[in-house]
Amino acid sequence: MSDKSVLLAFNNVSKRFDSSDILVDFNLDIYDGEFFTILGPSGCGKTTVLRLIAGFERTNDGVITIDGKAVNDIPAEQRPVNTVFQSYALFPHMNVEQNIAFGLKMTGVPKAEIQQRVTEALELVKLSGFEKRSPSQLSGGQKQRVAIARAVVMRPRLLLLDESLSALDHKLRQQMQMELKQMQRRLGITFVYVTHDQEEALSMSDRILVMNNGQAQQIGTPREIYEQPSNLFIARFIGEINVFDGTVIEKVNEFSYLVDIGGVSKKVRCDQRLQENDPVHVMVRPEDLRIEYLEDKPQGRSGFMGIVVERSYTGQTLDSLIDLGEGRMIQSSEFFNEDDPDFDYSIRQKVWVDWVEGWEHVIKKSAI
Amino acid sequence: MKAFRIIFISLILVFLYAPIAVLVGNSFNSSKYGQKWGGFTLKWYEKLLENDSLMTAFGHSLLVAVLAATTAVVVGTLMTLAIYRYRFPLKKTTSSALFILMMSPDIVLAITFLVLFMALGVSLGFWTLLLAHTTFCLPFVVITVYAQLKGFNPYLFEAAKDLCASEWQIFTRIVLPLLLPAIAASWLLSFTLSLDDVIISSFVTGPEYEVLPIRVFSMVKVGVSPEVNVLATLLLVVSTISIAIFVLLTKNKQLNKSN
Repeated sequence: MSDKSVLLAFNNVSKRFDSSDILVDFNLDIYDGEFFTILGPSGCGKTTVLRLIAGFERTNDGVITIDGKAVNDIPAEQRPVNTVFQSYALFPHMNVEQNIAFGLKMTGVPKAEIQQRVTEALELVKLSGFEKRSPSQLSGGQKQRVAIARAVVMRPRLLLLDESLSALDHKLRQQMQMELKQMQRRLGITFVYVTHDQEEALSMSDRILVMNNGQAQQIGTPREIYEQPSNLFIARFIGEINVFDGTVIEKVNEFSYLVDIGGVSKKVRCDQRLQENDPVHVMVRPEDLRIEYLEDKPQGRSGFMGIVVERSYTGQTLDSLIDLGEGRMIQSSEFFNEDDPDFDYSIRQKVWVDWVEGWEHVIKKSAI
Repeated sequence: MKAFRIIFISLILVFLYAPIAVLVGNSFNSSKYGQKWGGFTLKWYEKLLENDSLMTAFGHSLLVAVLAATTAVVVGTLMTLAIYRYRFPLKKTTSSALFILMMSPDIVLAITFLVLFMALGVSLGFWTLLLAHTTFCLPFVVITVYAQLKGFNPYLFEAAKDLCASEWQIFTRIVLPLLLPAIAASWLLSFTLSLDDVIISSFVTGPEYEVLPIRVFSMVKVGVSPEVNVLATLLLVVSTISIAIFVLLTKNKQLNKSN
C-alpha cells in the first residue's frame, strides 16, 4: 500500500435480524487500493458486513462511510460498489456480452463506450471470444470470470467478492487466487473478499480481518495473523497449532520469560507484560517443532519426550501425531528430506520434541 | 408377464379414451342418433356454423375466456411478485386465501358469487361473468408463476440492483423476460379453465349473455344433437393444443438450471 487513506469505514455499526444481534458496535477501516479479506467461520457475520457495504442491508445503528461520506441512506444501485456473488447470479436470459454490458446500459453509458469496455473486461478475465455464449454453456470457472467482468466493468471504488471461489475445484481455485491478486494490482480497485478458507485469505490479502460471533478478533497482515494470533480462536482457526498450557516462573529480560510447561521449564518470548504465576498459552505451529529420534532425554536441554501415535505422508511433509503423556497430543509437520536416515519414524517410536527459542507465540490465558 | 402389462395398459387407455373416441367418431357420423355408423360426413360441421345461437354463445365464451385469462395473468403475476419479493401485512393470509379459493368446490364458489352479486344489486351478465372467471383463474396463475420464480437464483434481483438497475428496470429487463414462459402457460391454463366452466357460469350470468357450455348443457337436455358432438370435438382440439403448449412451456426449465 502506497497511501493509507481510508476508503471505507464502519463506525459503531450494529445490525440485528429479528431479535438476534449479528453485529454490535462494529468498527472497521478499509484503505484505498488494498486487498482486504474478511475471514471467519460460517455464521460469524462476515457476509452481513459485505451486504451492508453493498447496500443490500441497512444498519440498525452506526454509520458507514465511503470516501468520508455517510452512505447509510444511499441505495445499493447508487453506491460506487459492485459485488461478485457466490452463486454468480448471471442473468440466464442474456449472453455473456449482455450480462457484462447490463450495468453500463443501466447507467446510460454511450453504446460505443459500452462496446469498448465490455471487450476490455473480457480480455481482463481471459474470455475474449465468449461474447455470444449463454451462461448455461459456461463452466463454473468461466461463469466466475463473467461475474467478475460484469462487476469490474463498472469501475467501482470497491469490489466485493462473496466466497467467490468456494464453488471451484482446488486447482482452479488456486489459479483464480493468483489471477484475482494480479487483477487487483493492475486495476488498483479496493477488493473486499469474504471467505472461510484461511489458506485463501493468507495467500491473497494485504490485510485480513478475522471475525467470530459478530466481533472483529484481529486485523493484520497475513503474517501477523499467522505468526502472532491475538487469541486462541484465531490461532486455531488459522491453520494447525499446538497449544501448551504453562505458568510464568520468572522474568528473564524485557521480552523473555521462563515458563513452566508440565514440569519442563522453557524460555519463551512474549511482547505482552507478564507477571509471575500468570497462566499462559505457549503456541507452536506444527512446522516449527523440531523432532529428534532419541531414546532418552538429552542432558541440559529442555523439551518433551513423546511417542509417535499416527503418521501421514502428504507428499511435501511428513505429519505426525505425538503423545506427550498426560493426555497431551501434539501435531508436527516436517519437510521431507530423503537423505536423512533418521527421518522415518515408525509408529510407537520414542521421539524428542523441541523448538527453536523464539519461534513460539505466547499469550496470557485470560485473553481468550 | 409382458402380455399382461400390455393388456393392462390397453384397458386403461380404452377406459380413458373410449368415450372421447365415440364422441369424435359421431361428429363425423351421418346417422343422426349415433347408435350405428351411417357413413362419413361433414354436414354436422356445416350445420354448426349455421346455428346462430350456438355460435353467439361460442363468441361470448371466447371473449370472456380471453379477457378473464388476461386480467388474471396481469393481476396474478403482480400478486406473485409482491408475495415473493416484499414484506407486507397480511402476506401469509393473502397466499393462503388463494389456496382456499382454489380448493373450494365450484358449487360453493358459484353460490358465493351469486349471493355477493345479489347483495350488491348487480344485474347478472357479462361483467359478473368476467369477474367470477377472473377470480377463479387467479390462484392458478399465482401458483404457476410462483413455481417459476422460486426456481430462480434469488440473488438475480440483487445483482441487477447492484448493477444500478431501478425497480422498474429490474421488472422489465430481468423479471418479465424470465417469467414469460410461466406467464404464457398460466394464460393458456386460465383460458381453458374459463372456456369450459359450467357450474360457476350458470350461476353468475343472465339469460341475455349465454356462454357455450351452458348453451350445450341446455341443448343436451332434449337429446344429444350431432352439432354438440362437433362442438365438443372442436373444443377438445383447442383444449389439447393449449394444454400441450402449457406443458411445453413449463417443462422448459433450462432457464432456471443455468445458474
